[in-house]
Parts: sequence; C-alpha cells; structure tokens
Amino acid sequence: MTELTKADASVRDLELRAAALRRHIVSIAAAQRCHLGGSMSCADIMAALFFRFLRFEPDGRAYDHFLLSKGHSVHIFHACMVELEHIAASELPFTGGVGSRLGGHPTFRAPGVEFATGSLGHALSAAVGMAMGEALDHSDKRTVVVLGDGELQEGSVWEAAMCAPRFGLENLLAIIDANEFQASGETASLMPVEPIADKWRAFRWNVLEIDGHDMAAVVGALDSLPAASGPTAIVAHTVKGKGVPGIEGTSRAHYLKLTPAEADATLTALEMHR
Amino acid sequence: MSSYMKGPPYLAAIMELARANRDVVVVSQDFSAGLFGETYPERHFDVGISEQNLIGVAAGLAHTGKLTFVLGMAPFVSMRGFEQIRDDCAYNRNSVKIIALFTGLEAGPWGVTHHALEDIALLRSIPGMTIIVPADSAETNEAVLAAAAIDGPVYIRVAGFAADMSPIEGRPPLCAGKATLMRDGGDLTFIATGTTVRTVLEVARALASDGISARVLNVHTVKPIDHAAIVSAAAATSLVMTVEEHSVVGGLGGAVAEIMAEAGTGKLRRIGVQDRFCTEIAPYQQLLEGAGLDPSSVETAAREFIASSRN
Repeated sequence: MTELTKADASVRDLELRAAALRRHIVSIAAAQRCHLGGSMSCADIMAALFFRFLRFEPDGRAYDHFLLSKGHSVHIFHACMVELEHIAASELPFTGGVGSRLGGHPTFRAPGVEFATGSLGHALSAAVGMAMGEALDHSDKRTVVVLGDGELQEGSVWEAAMCAPRFGLENLLAIIDANEFQASGETASLMPVEPIADKWRAFRWNVLEIDGHDMAAVVGALDSLPAASGPTAIVAHTVKGKGVPGIEGTSRAHYLKLTPAEADATLTALEMHR
Repeated sequence: MSSYMKGPPYLAAIMELARANRDVVVVSQDFSAGLFGETYPERHFDVGISEQNLIGVAAGLAHTGKLTFVLGMAPFVSMRGFEQIRDDCAYNRNSVKIIALFTGLEAGPWGVTHHALEDIALLRSIPGMTIIVPADSAETNEAVLAAAAIDGPVYIRVAGFAADMSPIEGRPPLCAGKATLMRDGGDLTFIATGTTVRTVLEVARALASDGISARVLNVHTVKPIDHAAIVSAAAATSLVMTVEEHSVVGGLGGAVAEIMAEAGTGKLRRIGVQDRFCTEIAPYQQLLEGAGLDPSSVETAAREFIASSRN
C-alpha cells in the first residue's frame, strides 16, 4: 500500500479546526441564505473525520470513502475542502452563484466529492455497497457516512441499516448528526425518531452514543474503531446551528442568512477558539 | 418456464463474464442467482425485499470497480428503485447492470401490481441510461454481454417467465444501439422490442400471403434509440406501427412518435397497453389478447391501419 497521509491531530488541534470550519460557514451565511444549522451541528464531527480519521493519498485524493448523506449540509464539506486547500476560501460566499463550483448539495463540480447526494436516504445503501466491494478486495479502506436525524424518517435508511450487519462490514461507519431539528421544526414534535440509538442497536449495529460537540468524545469514539464484528453507528447528539449565538438550538438555524450583526457575533464567539 | 428458473440465459452470460473477471458481482432481492450464487457465494449479495437498498448497494459496489449485476423484478426495481437508478447509478456514474425479470404482462393473474408496463417510459427519461429489451434467449445472452461493455447503467428487460423466448430463426446478432432489420418490406414497418418481435414477424408472414410487404425492425435498444433506422423506415414505408408489451405512453411507441414527429415523416399507429391498468384476471396469453398484443389482434390492427391510410 502506498504511504497514506493521516493527520494525527490532537483534540485541541481539532477544536481549532472545527472553529475554522465554522468561520467558513459564517462567510457563506453572511452572503446568502444557506443550510447553516446542519452544517454547524456536524462541524466537530467533520473536523475529526477530515483531520484525523479519514486517510488521503499522497496527492491529496481521498483513500477512504466519505459520503455526506445529509447533502444539504454540503457547506461544511466545502469548508473542509478549504482547510485541505482544494477550494479557495474566497469561493465560499459565491456558493450557488453563476459559474461557482459550489452548489447547495455535493456535486462533482466541487473538488473532493466522491458521491453526489441531495435526496435524503440514499447514501447509506451506497456505502454498504462500497464496504462490500472493499471487503471483497480485502482492502483496509473505511467507508464513512454522515446522516441527519430527520433523515432517519426515510424508509430506505432502514433498508440499508437492516442489510449492513448481514454482511459483516466492520469497515462501515455511520454517524448520525442528531441535532433534533428538520426543515419545518423540531423532529420530536414533527415525526419523532428517538430512541435513535436503540433503533440502531435493534438493527444489530454496534452503537456509540456521544456528545457530538465534545471533541475528546468524538475522537474517542473514532479511535475505538473498528468493532470486533459488524458495522458501527455513532449517534452524535448535537445542537442545530452550534456556535451561532441566539440562533443555535432554534428552528431558525436550519436555513437562513445571517445579518451582519449576527455574523459578527458568531465570529466573536468563535474567537475564543483561536 | 422451468428451464427459465433453473438456467436462464442471462445467468449463462453472467457466468461467462465471471469466469474471466473476478470483479463480477450479483446483487439480488429475494431472488436466486442460481449457478452464480453456488459457484461464487462470496460475490452474490441477496439484500432481501428492499428495492431502494438493492439499487443503492449495487451503485456502491459498482463504485468500487465491481461489474455489478442486479437481479430483480421489473415493476418493483424500475418504480420503487427509480430514484436510486437516477441518482445513485446514472447521475453518480455507477455502471450498474440491471436485469429486470417478470416484464410486461408476464406476471399475468398476479395482477396490476406485478405488471411492468411503465418501466421503459420511466427509465427512458434518465440521461445516460441504456435500455435493452431482448427478443429471445440468445439475444438475452448477447444483451448481458453487451451491457458489460457499456460505460453507464443498463436496464435489460428480460422476458421468459411466461413469454416464449425460444430462439428466433435467422435473427442477426445484437449490436447494442443499432436496430436489427429482421425482415425487409415496402408497405408498412413494424417496430417491435422484446416479446413483440416474434409477434410481428408472425404477422408479417401472414400479411405477405396477401401480398402486403411488411418491414420488421427489432429495436432491442430502446435507449439510445436508432434514430436513423426509424427515420429511414418511416421514409421508405410511410406507415409505421409500433408494437410493445408496455404502455403506449412513453415507451417504444412514444420514442418513435417523437422521432417521426420531429422528422415530419410517416404515419404512426401505436399498439400496446392503451393507458389503462390490465385489471382482468387471466393468464398471460389471455391478458395479451385483451391488450390486443396477440398476433391475430396485431394483424387486424395492421390491416385496418393500411386500409384507413388508403382512403
């Protein structure tokens, strides 16, 4: 196997990286309405994935498979690509504009996208197939999928969840960004998905349940992989719009444009992580 | 029927590919992969009754470089798996090869839920999709081998559960994307695909005894369709009759109508299921008759078409 690059970032490094990712999201949300909430809620998870867990070829291409099933949170992926220097930070505010490489969901026009998503409930099945293919080849490649909790309302998620343990697939990791909100309100009142962890356990997954903003917990969960047998689901309890004062943990966080004052307040709050 | 379940031609072709290529895998939905599954159990993934997952898993396997075949039932794979075919296979450029069984009215008295009469119309709307509808067992084999070489997702609509798929004498080998001229003629062109190729050949022979010369085009590849063959047939015979075991909405008839309308040539009659559910409870053959797809009904329709055009 070729030498792979893998950043052995510390918890502190990753916290700084997550703050940098959130600043990139602010640069988008200050310029236009965007899916801020779900991007901010998984920023810590994404920092740990892209700067510790996932491995890259020497030329920067991904070695492991990564699929963003909650595709509308694409801004956090683009932010990771900025930090990996595949996208210029100056591109972010022009997301969705004429000629931009950056759309509202992961597309092949953007660097680093391995699997285009958008319609919810697709990526876990594809990830199961990728994990099967890698297992057939006796490869050590990991397949990682990030899903939303609202997305768990899609029946296809559970078809895939039922399927994966049947085929082993220790190389498969699903992370559920459980931020408790969906487009039109609180998931608990709209269409409850809890108890999330129990559901995945019942589907015979190894389940780890963590605070998705506690970087030490995120790193601890990732470092414990792979499980002895079967795929793993990490249920990460998060806050929608995490890091945006006055907006985090509210329904408004889902899709909005930040006022200049809100953007400034968020950047000031993030300064603490400099 | 029994030989179909034991050793269908699509499996022979998959076995031929698998012997030379260890990346051949089969994903099925509560469906035996026969000899392939026995010979290569580690390469056969039965995901159970879950069409969305079936196609998604297949897309993922194809993504890792596997030559991935899907075995599934045509109505469920094409309709329930539609978005996965569109997004995960076609848009994501994963070259999954779908072998869709129980086509058209083959499921007979199992009823409307099990009839596949919309699949061609649906999948024809997806960019980059290839749709092949073989007319006999040998063409099924050829279609599977051809699909393996196509860069992109392929839907092969494989009859044989109830339909006669015995070899059609004198059928030239399949060349994907190029319509096969099965019979030349100057008075009328039959354009058929899959099971109806055999039907229109029989009708063409019957018409010949009355001095009516019918051309027969086997459009096994409904997408990408052989535009030139259709335009030249329409120009040569003026009268064109499409015959398909599918709804007349959006399938072969729809595709030919689009071409002829834009070319401004010829006169078209579409034979198929006329925008209705086949709710009658009856075996396959009788459902075909009810839909006007048996040779006798097609012959009557052809004679009427010719007569009405002379007036």
